Amino acid sequence: MTWTLVLTLAAGAYAFKVFGLVVIGDRPLPAALERCLALIPAAVIAAIVAKDTLSIGQHLQIDARLAGVTVAIVAAWRKMPVIVVIVVGAATTGIVRQLAG
Amino acid sequence: MSLREPRVRPVLTTSITLGVAVGVFAIVFGVGAVSAGGSVAQACAMSLLIFTGASQLSAVAVIAGGGSFGSAVGGALILAARNSVFGLTMSRRLSGRLPTRLLAAQITIDESTAMATAQTDPELQRVAFWATGISIYVFWNLGTLVGALAGSAIDPKKFGLDAAIPCAFVAILFPHLRTRRGRQAMALGAALCLATIPFLPIGVPVLISALAILVAVPVPDDDVPDSDTRVTGELPA
Repeated sequence: MTWTLVLTLAAGAYAFKVFGLVVIGDRPLPAALERCLALIPAAVIAAIVAKDTLSIGQHLQIDARLAGVTVAIVAAWRKMPVIVVIVVGAATTGIVRQLAG
Repeated sequence: MSLREPRVRPVLTTSITLGVAVGVFAIVFGVGAVSAGGSVAQACAMSLLIFTGASQLSAVAVIAGGGSFGSAVGGALILAARNSVFGLTMSRRLSGRLPTRLLAAQITIDESTAMATAQTDPELQRVAFWATGISIYVFWNLGTLVGALAGSAIDPKKFGLDAAIPCAFVAILFPHLRTRRGRQAMALGAALCLATIPFLPIGVPVLISALAILVAVPVPDDDVPDSDTRVTGELPA
């Protein structure tokens, strides 16, 4: 974690926000491009969930985190509030880790 | 429009509720930032200046996993790119001159855009955007400070807090399950990431996963979501 990283991300994130709101403004984009951009959260966040659940560094690994995230998926599917999803997921991970360790 | 008008009240209530929920995420971020080696000041600066939750969490996750500067920046900025799309959406709804728009840009995130587009009245759309954006900005930064101060005092793994971030992401992914393209992008993105993890440097597989958005290139058919549920995403992502 460095200040260079913090400031680079700050500049980059703000540039994206300004680009949409101020630079492009009302001008239309190609429809296919807009459809693709709308899927960025789904594709990238799903990848992060998979990585954070099933890998450590460059190794694939199944451990207590899979139990926690599975419980979180069930909680989200049952339309539990987001805070409940996080707490039961983290708690399950912690408990399974204690029992297994 | 007066803020005392009856039809404004539910919008303000929802914006504060969303802010509180997001504040809890911010505590998770604050804990994660200091466990990844950041200082309290760096954690707070990230939330004040970057103010894009998913990007901040992803950068911290890459650094915590030993990833490089480039992969941390690349992954975080790919996630930040969608704020451009929200900006496009809001530019058609916000009035105001350049200084106002430059200020509005900083709070152009998932929740403020979702709350605005959930209203039909143009004036109410603007109220919803500003109220939600400001509420989330305040609570996101308060939560970050609390998490960063607490984070150095606890071992996150003992309480399963290393799983808190993927669990938080699970919650905000659910609205994307409602469209076929969303489901395809999620499945393909996760598969691309897992398949490349053993072979590519840390952080790069997440960038590769963005290729999954290409499933949307063909002309859409009957891909209509069940309802507008974007408001349920509770992270300024």
